[in-house]
Amino acid sequence: MSFLAALSLQAGYNAALVAVGAAMLGFAAGAVGTFLTLRKRALVADALAHATLPGVALAFLAMVALGGDGRSLIGLLAGSALSAGLGLWLIEAMARRTRLPEDAAIGAVLSVFFGAGVVLLTVIQTLSAGRQAGLEGFLLGSTAGMLWQDAVVIAAGGAVALCATYVLRRPLQLLAFDPQQAAALGYDLRRLDLALMALVMAVTVIGLKLVGLVLIVALLIIPAVTARLWSNRSGRMIWLAGGIGALSAYVGAALSASVADVPTGPIMVLIAAAVFAVSLLVAPQRGILAGAIRRARLRRDWA
Amino acid sequence: MGAEFVQFSLTPMLIGVLVAMACALPGSFLLLRRQALIGDAISHVVLPGIVVAFLITGSTATLPVLAGAMAAAVLAVVLIEAVKRLGRIEPGAAMGVVFTAMFAAGVLILERSDTSGVHLDVEHALMGNLESLIWLDAVGWGSLTDGAALAGLPPELLRMAVVTAGMAVLTVLFWRPLKISTFDEGFAVGLGIPTQLLGFGLVIAAAVVAVAAFDAVGSILVIAMFICPPAAARLMTDVLGRQVGWSLGFGAASAIIGYVLAGYGPLWLGAADAVSAAGMMAVASGGFLGLACLFGPRRARLGQERG
Amino acid sequence: MDTGVGLAVLKPADSPLTLTGITVAYGEKPVVLAVDAAFEPRAMTAIIGPNGAGKSTLLKAALGIVPRLAGAVTVFGQPLAAARSRIAYVPQRASVDWDFPATVLDVVRMGMYRQVGLLRRFTPAQKARTRACLDRVGMEAFADRQIGQLSGGQQQRVFLARALAQAADLYLLDEPFAGVDAATERALVDVLKTLKAEGRTIVAVHHDLATVRDYFDEVLLINQRRIAMGPVGTTFNRVNLQTTYGGRLGAAQVAEIEAQA
Repeated sequence: MSFLAALSLQAGYNAALVAVGAAMLGFAAGAVGTFLTLRKRALVADALAHATLPGVALAFLAMVALGGDGRSLIGLLAGSALSAGLGLWLIEAMARRTRLPEDAAIGAVLSVFFGAGVVLLTVIQTLSAGRQAGLEGFLLGSTAGMLWQDAVVIAAGGAVALCATYVLRRPLQLLAFDPQQAAALGYDLRRLDLALMALVMAVTVIGLKLVGLVLIVALLIIPAVTARLWSNRSGRMIWLAGGIGALSAYVGAALSASVADVPTGPIMVLIAAAVFAVSLLVAPQRGILAGAIRRARLRRDWA
Repeated sequence: MGAEFVQFSLTPMLIGVLVAMACALPGSFLLLRRQALIGDAISHVVLPGIVVAFLITGSTATLPVLAGAMAAAVLAVVLIEAVKRLGRIEPGAAMGVVFTAMFAAGVLILERSDTSGVHLDVEHALMGNLESLIWLDAVGWGSLTDGAALAGLPPELLRMAVVTAGMAVLTVLFWRPLKISTFDEGFAVGLGIPTQLLGFGLVIAAAVVAVAAFDAVGSILVIAMFICPPAAARLMTDVLGRQVGWSLGFGAASAIIGYVLAGYGPLWLGAADAVSAAGMMAVASGGFLGLACLFGPRRARLGQERG
Repeated sequence: MDTGVGLAVLKPADSPLTLTGITVAYGEKPVVLAVDAAFEPRAMTAIIGPNGAGKSTLLKAALGIVPRLAGAVTVFGQPLAAARSRIAYVPQRASVDWDFPATVLDVVRMGMYRQVGLLRRFTPAQKARTRACLDRVGMEAFADRQIGQLSGGQQQRVFLARALAQAADLYLLDEPFAGVDAATERALVDVLKTLKAEGRTIVAVHHDLATVRDYFDEVLLINQRRIAMGPVGTTFNRVNLQTTYGGRLGAAQVAEIEAQA
């Protein structure tokens, strides 16, 4: 199929559904990522994503033990959510109750959970050579040969994530842009932060098959950071980030489906990164060029 | 515990121990400077560096690979600083943008180019291949004094030994300025200590360790060893020297225990094949950290969480 | 009124610290604008101004801790790099990580870094000097205590001991009395006055207008720009204060300050 066919959703039902689902997920990721980066918790999302691996592996083992073939996407994603949740709890517990700084807690959970996941993957490898093919797809995303029901799960999941973000947008906007006002209005900041992390987990889990756990954090961070270069106003930032995320995911999915040897996750990330790089250069106010001009003017005026 | 151990287990275990100790040294200072996650960033960008070096030189010999990885690490550090300052973005997000973009580029290039002749793939990058770094030339413990057998040692072992020794020397040499500038940067500048250069040097040292260890143990174990043993050590003592000592001990112990569990654990449980050694070592380091969080004598937070 | 004490009267070689045209900007916002100041030797000078006036930034720019957009610094007539061994800097307490694994003695020893360098051991004489500096601020008994366990006043004393260990001719202090108990404040002022009697120069960013006349001989009033500089008796007056604080000082407060003269 050609790239243009894939772009215009004419390359088959599977590919079209995946592209649409990716766009919805991308929008949700961009919007949620805006709140996430403003709350300065960007890398917590990375730890959560890596913490999904042992859950995926354990869910596989559990499903196989119960007689299934271990491929049910919903089952695997449920397992991923559980271990990610455990990872999040451990990060909070370590940062709150010991004198370790938060970044140490994040890195510890990230690497240890991923290490455990890797161990479990090798266990699966030895138990049933060939049957685990597909679990590695969760590392970097793999839309090649995706089943119809999996595409449905992704599209549905993307829609759910988008709806949930929409429903929670006002309190989360307040939390991210003006936490003092939120507290003054009586919101429980801890609860809101938990809701935000739950959304992050939803985006992460749904994005596992599409983007992979190593790179899903990029879809959360890069569009949000790009939007920040263009606007400081909350509404605009959220729409911009969502738009960039949706665009990167959609075009990335189309490219991956139509061109050989183009893994889905990486291409989506690179598209988003390209938008970021261009924005960093040319954005008025916060771009590099604009800043250089302003600094030259300042030097000329004062020195 | 005879010839088979020396042939198949001794060298991977030693390499693991050396990696752990080499990581613990810069890791201890990175932890105190709240830069623990720079190890995460470096480990991810090593892959594109190696891939590009391979494409340019066509070989996976040590020197071009190391050069490519180091170049990528330096590029990443520079880009992260640039993105942080120019975009006015917080450090975590700046790191996230740069290392994911670079890693994605590395994977894309890797998939699109023909690397079928070499063991260059994403799984290897993440998990390493410690189990394959064996010493077939050995016939038993006596081989340790046999020059001919020693020549057959895996080159990764010598490489890590040199790097670990180098880290030890650098730590001793720069102990005082590192301590002063980590505690009170303004005062250090007043004394004439080049704090920016020192900070950059520390990150580059971490990058050297990550690059040297990458081939053997992959990026995930490197991140774990940068963070978990130093973090566990931090909860054990209030004296900087002892903290570094504890981190070396925890690192070495994690490597040994992890290797034993990965290699012999399945056998004890009745299975046939080993599981990932690097992964198990990471889990072991996490185990020590968990124990330290629960029982470490200095685990309690004294005052409010800073910033 | 700006008495103009500065470059016209003091030659740079006589002045322990001369600043010319110092300008510092954070991003595009100027924080310190074209400040000229020549500090009086063997005197205690206070740097006074409202919050955000650039007082700390001025000191940091002088030492190269923050980058300058423009301006020059000479220390005892020499460029900064050549004269660092003659300066001791005491930063704000809040800028430091008190969680750091170090004892009180460790911190004071940091002040002797220039003498011991990277690898030399501390001689018995140097060790004795460190303890003497601790004793001078009344913290000898706390030598082996973890710094995180100290109170604010105790931390400030340790900072001063560290500065004493440097045996400098010029002491630059950033809000040394902020958040400190009365006994500590008295003790610290006594140490500083002794230093002055020994012929050294003290420059301190100071936050408490009520104690300026008691503690200091000279004053530099700054609010982004230099407002006035000179002896406390002539320069620390109603007009200059109102200019510096933009009329935000209450009339009663100013009257009280004037009445102290």
